[in-house]
Amino acid sequence: MIAIVDYGVGNLFSIKSSLNFLGLENKVTNDANEIAEADRVILPGVGAFKDAIDKLKASGLDKVLKQFVETGKPLLGICLGMQMLFEKSFEYGEHEGLGFINGEVVALQDDVKSDLKIPQMGWNALELKQPNPLFKYTKQNDYVYFVHSYYAKNCEKSLIASVEYEIEVTAAVANGNVFGVQFHPEKSGDVGLNILRAFSEI
Amino acid sequence: MITKRIIPCLDVRDGRVVKGTNFIGIRDVESPVALARFYNESGADELVFYDITASFEKRALFTDILREVASEIFIPLTVGGGINEVSDFDRVLKCGADKVSINSGAIKNPRLISEAAKRYGNQCVVLSMDIKRVDGKFKIFAKGGRENTGIDALDWAKRGEDSGAGELVVNSIDTDGVKNGFDIELLEQIDKLVTIPIVASGGAGNIEHFVKLFKTLPRVDAGLAASIFHFKEVSIKGLKEELRRNNIEVRL
Repeated sequence: MIAIVDYGVGNLFSIKSSLNFLGLENKVTNDANEIAEADRVILPGVGAFKDAIDKLKASGLDKVLKQFVETGKPLLGICLGMQMLFEKSFEYGEHEGLGFINGEVVALQDDVKSDLKIPQMGWNALELKQPNPLFKYTKQNDYVYFVHSYYAKNCEKSLIASVEYEIEVTAAVANGNVFGVQFHPEKSGDVGLNILRAFSEI
Repeated sequence: MITKRIIPCLDVRDGRVVKGTNFIGIRDVESPVALARFYNESGADELVFYDITASFEKRALFTDILREVASEIFIPLTVGGGINEVSDFDRVLKCGADKVSINSGAIKNPRLISEAAKRYGNQCVVLSMDIKRVDGKFKIFAKGGRENTGIDALDWAKRGEDSGAGELVVNSIDTDGVKNGFDIELLEQIDKLVTIPIVASGGAGNIEHFVKLFKTLPRVDAGLAASIFHFKEVSIKGLKEELRRNNIEVRL
């Protein structure tokens, strides 16, 4: 069973629908026991970093996720859910993340110097940086859908895919059993579904 | 690099797609779900569903359809029509919409833009504008293009961005339905003014019009059209192949 962590942020309809579509047993939950007992966990998220991490910590789910990761079972963060896996974020101040992956989250605006639009909104081509089971069904230059204004950096060791947006933007990371994708696999057509399928087989 | 987006727009009335007649040879020619599936398979980058249902009672039909589409089609979905309050955002987001397009609702209550942006994030709020030239000035029209609000379109676009809209749909009434190409003059003025993504709408009649749009205004992010796709005058795949031949980045 895949637990989709519900901590009161964002809309989980599409993530749940895509897992249903793939025939993968799943449950949207904020229950500590259900999350601990799940085979896999997906941490979604949209909106502001501080708001999200505060809600996660207030509900004690940050500790539940830490224990889950220690068991070696796979965790996948999506979009803001990926950003929260890092040590810290500089979105409106400086905020501590879950610290599963080394690196930090900063504004695209600070590093993108041309007149490219912020947020990055739309489809961009993945450059796969190192082999990873998450990309079992993914090809070089497969397109995935992004909507974000902040991105993770200083995470070379865990970087498994990037996209070009004037600069190299972190698209996916992995550190052992912890995985994160900046894009939305649940909105990236067949390419995205294949990434979720691969996650379910790790 | 990020690609230009091609977006078919489906007008839905009482649960059926309007203009959908004789589409793609499916028997159930006006089914929004079948159409959405077809566009997804043809390579559409996003879908817009516009609810033009007149009666409040029939509105539930629309959310049922939306839920059905979002359960099997996994590309971004924008929903518009009848969005007047924050609770309307909630209603469609819960059924699988990713972005919500507001038009008349924002004219009646401009604070709707900022309230929704604060609650659901800027990326979720699309300001759709129906614009027409009046005495040489661009004006915002309401009620499906029938009523001149007197609002200056350029001011409105800027105000929308400042209030937290994450994207603008620029629909030119002057070029809409004429099939002579997008309203480059209007789009250029708005492009100079805002930094958020712009979706061009109104006037596309053939592939060349899209090529001209993205060649002339490389900062415009997307092209939206309805009937030329519904009636198969332009295939999305053919369009994208031609854009790529012209060195315009697309997802193929």
